[in-house]
Amino acid sequence: MSYIAKPKVHHPSLKPNAIGLTRRDYEGALTTLCAGCGHDSITAAIIQAFWELDVEPHKVAKLSGIGCSSKTPAYFLREAHGFNSVHGRMPSIATGAGAANGDLMMIGVSGDGDSLSIGFGQLCHAMRRNVNLLYVLENNGVYGLTKGQFSASADSGSTSKKGEVNTMEAIDGVLLALTLGATFVARSFSGDKEQLVPILKAGLMHKGFAFIDVISPCVTFNDHEGSTKAYAYTRGHQIEVVQADFVPLRSEITTEYEAGSVQKVTMHDGSVVNFRKVAEDYDPTDRDRAYAHIRQHQEAGEVATGLLYIDPSSVDMMEQNDVVPTPLYNQPFETLCPGSAALDKLQLRYR
Amino acid sequence: MSSRVNDFAFKIATANGTGSGSANGLIMQSIFRMGIPVTGKNLFPSNIQGLPTWYEIRVNKNGYTARTPVFDLVLALNAATYAKDVAEVRSGGWLLYDSTWPLDPKLIRPDVTYIGVPLADLCNSAFKGIRERILMKNIAYSGALAALIGIDPDIIRALTTEKYAKKPALLDSNDKAVALGYDYVKANYDCPLPIHLEPMDATKDSILIDGNTAASLGCVYAGATVGAWYPITPSTSMMEGFKGFCTRYRKDPVTGKNRYAILQAEDELSAIGMVIGASWAGARAFTPTSGPGISLMNEFLGLAYYAEVPTVVFDVQRTGPSTGMPTRTQQGDIMLCAYASHGDTKHICLYPSDPREAFEFAVAAFDLAERYQTPVFVLTDLDIGMNDWMIPKLTWDDSYTPDRGKVLSAEDLEQAKSFYRYMDIDGDGIPQRSLPGVHPKGAYFTRGSGHNKFGGYTEDSDEYQEVLDRIARKVQGASSSVPAPFILEKTGAKVGIITVGGCHAACMEAVELLDNDRMPVDYLRVRGFPFAAEVRQFIDSHDINFVVEQNRDGQMRNLLLLETGASPTKLDSIRYYSGFPICAQYIIDGLKSSLLVTA
Repeated sequence: MSYIAKPKVHHPSLKPNAIGLTRRDYEGALTTLCAGCGHDSITAAIIQAFWELDVEPHKVAKLSGIGCSSKTPAYFLREAHGFNSVHGRMPSIATGAGAANGDLMMIGVSGDGDSLSIGFGQLCHAMRRNVNLLYVLENNGVYGLTKGQFSASADSGSTSKKGEVNTMEAIDGVLLALTLGATFVARSFSGDKEQLVPILKAGLMHKGFAFIDVISPCVTFNDHEGSTKAYAYTRGHQIEVVQADFVPLRSEITTEYEAGSVQKVTMHDGSVVNFRKVAEDYDPTDRDRAYAHIRQHQEAGEVATGLLYIDPSSVDMMEQNDVVPTPLYNQPFETLCPGSAALDKLQLRYR
Repeated sequence: MSSRVNDFAFKIATANGTGSGSANGLIMQSIFRMGIPVTGKNLFPSNIQGLPTWYEIRVNKNGYTARTPVFDLVLALNAATYAKDVAEVRSGGWLLYDSTWPLDPKLIRPDVTYIGVPLADLCNSAFKGIRERILMKNIAYSGALAALIGIDPDIIRALTTEKYAKKPALLDSNDKAVALGYDYVKANYDCPLPIHLEPMDATKDSILIDGNTAASLGCVYAGATVGAWYPITPSTSMMEGFKGFCTRYRKDPVTGKNRYAILQAEDELSAIGMVIGASWAGARAFTPTSGPGISLMNEFLGLAYYAEVPTVVFDVQRTGPSTGMPTRTQQGDIMLCAYASHGDTKHICLYPSDPREAFEFAVAAFDLAERYQTPVFVLTDLDIGMNDWMIPKLTWDDSYTPDRGKVLSAEDLEQAKSFYRYMDIDGDGIPQRSLPGVHPKGAYFTRGSGHNKFGGYTEDSDEYQEVLDRIARKVQGASSSVPAPFILEKTGAKVGIITVGGCHAACMEAVELLDNDRMPVDYLRVRGFPFAAEVRQFIDSHDINFVVEQNRDGQMRNLLLLETGASPTKLDSIRYYSGFPICAQYIIDGLKSSLLVTA
């Protein structure tokens, strides 16, 4: 992953957050992606989300696989440990890291090749296990680094830059996540920061696997007419079915809502997501209805976006395994090793 | 014929899934409790129910525990394999069969004594229900055997009482079944046979345990908290062992919560990823697997090597290539583990020879992995992993503290002027390491792509080579930290035997027998890779060395040639790869025939 160190310049006018850090403190190296790449907008939204959540950067672990999207963890949170692993295998690294240190706030960044092809199995099983991880799938429908092959998320009938028509059905990450029982499922667009930031915040605070599919156009290989992952196409077909406002625990609710227009969902730590429903009869806590709704839009050639589904009673991997609250990596050795007396006693069994 | 006491072998032929495992275990343990050295080899099929299975038991007053191919007595209890089982009795030996049905006259050998016991008839009249009749038929043959070879019935009774303390009905059935076989044989045959047992006092400081159980106990004692795995024969019982021990020792006394996490992965790729993730975040983590699993893990192993993440892998080897024979033993992964993954790699390997070393090397593996920040393989095999071995009791030094290596704490980082992840600061090739979540100054980017000593991405040739050369130096440095070779010297020896892992018992027996035969040979067992300096010295100090191993291609011999620089003319080879454990006689024959040809 190539990168250029970014000078850390402080502007006195930059607003500090509750722990005294400015957005600059959440930045990383300079991007080496193409100018106009959707991924860079997502990086900016990630920086904004962490800043707004007042997170200490070094308490975060940022992980990725291989591909354009997987380069981006170098571009935010320079004071956090990063792990650029192997192609499609970031979920297993995150699963292990989360098991060793349950206090880590983990964000994984992946792409459609990394997630829906080579890493499809790992993605599915990390969802199933409900690893406490925010998983951002930066979805552009194309392999960029190898110069323009269709990915598994390319829609049937869409065309490549060279004019080739994709004849295979797309794998839809959101429908997949809903089917597999994921406890937090969202879709957004790299060009819609207003929608994306609150979803990222809610995803980071969600206890369990938070899946966000973000349409993120590839300006070099997949931004032409005929592509269904282009800027123009996405702007023209994005339908926001639900707007989510994330209100962290102990924050004052400042937004005024019209009575009856808001559905409140309280998260495990007491934070609240306020859903402003754009579509009537939409219930973001009803998996089956969410699924049906998204499918309806898909049939109409539209891309349904928003925090589409949340299970506020989510039980994450460590809870399922009934693990002690102190991180496993930090357990005193004397609580782990039974010692010589226990060994003598145990061996009576093998006599 | 003259009697042979505490020095014979017998084989029990049954069908898989009929419960013969409990009966065979009962027999082994009874002999062990009589104070007599005993060893058992379970030769089982890759099958849940119905296919033939054999259990071999050898008793030896000298403590030889290797497999022997000569059977004085065969208990032929599976009609489907009668012909094969009859053929396996040594001339002058005995064959026990179920005389409920007549034996085909074609199976009668004039040089074998036949002992008919109507096991099915006896059990059909004593027990109700098909399942119980089948299960108890097995227990009944242990009773018959007890009478024939002189197993103390009181010891059997004590064992069944311990085992079924909470199941009085089962205890009753077991005791009844033992008596059925025992009484019938006593009433109808001269007991005991000339081959029989007499109590000794040679097992009081030993235990009977399999290597997977012992290795998993080592993981618990080493402080491992994360185990990730995908079930694969013959390693599966290792994670079952770990779970059992954790349930016993790793529950928070107040909350009952777990001080461990066991993650059953979707495949071996994921299992090794979890181990790398957990180790990266500072936990002691491991995965047990077998050859096919190692094949799948190769990509990740290269990442762990290059990104310098501690990784502990147990490879309970089975026969390859491909699926091979999953329930048969081999040492076929020596090369695979030494150089796993693409590009230039070399990995620390430990080679236990029995369950005791499996326990000890499990602990050593975590220390080495963290000290050298690299993958460490513990290579056992199906024979070590799944068979019960008689080994000296395990011991533990309560002053042990884990070697976590150069991990910087929050205080270290706070005081440090700078931290660069891949910088060699004190000349041993081992860099400093930081854990996520600890301190902002510890932050770095872990990557499998080209990086320089500062941890930054690079495509610069010099920067890339600098890191790669340091890693080579680092791993080579482990040659003095891996367990030293085991060496046994005999006066006047000019010939050496070199071996590895589970061949040890057979080699030790061969060395003694050759010495008794006035053919002294020196003996070295490799216990770790990269090889210690003594290995090359041993090779050079003998006219010829026979590398004894259980694979087709002489993988250990090849590794010795590659890594020690010794002359190929110094290294001959004895290879055994039938899938069953090697025997002393095979080594003696191989050595003698080669030396005679050369002479």
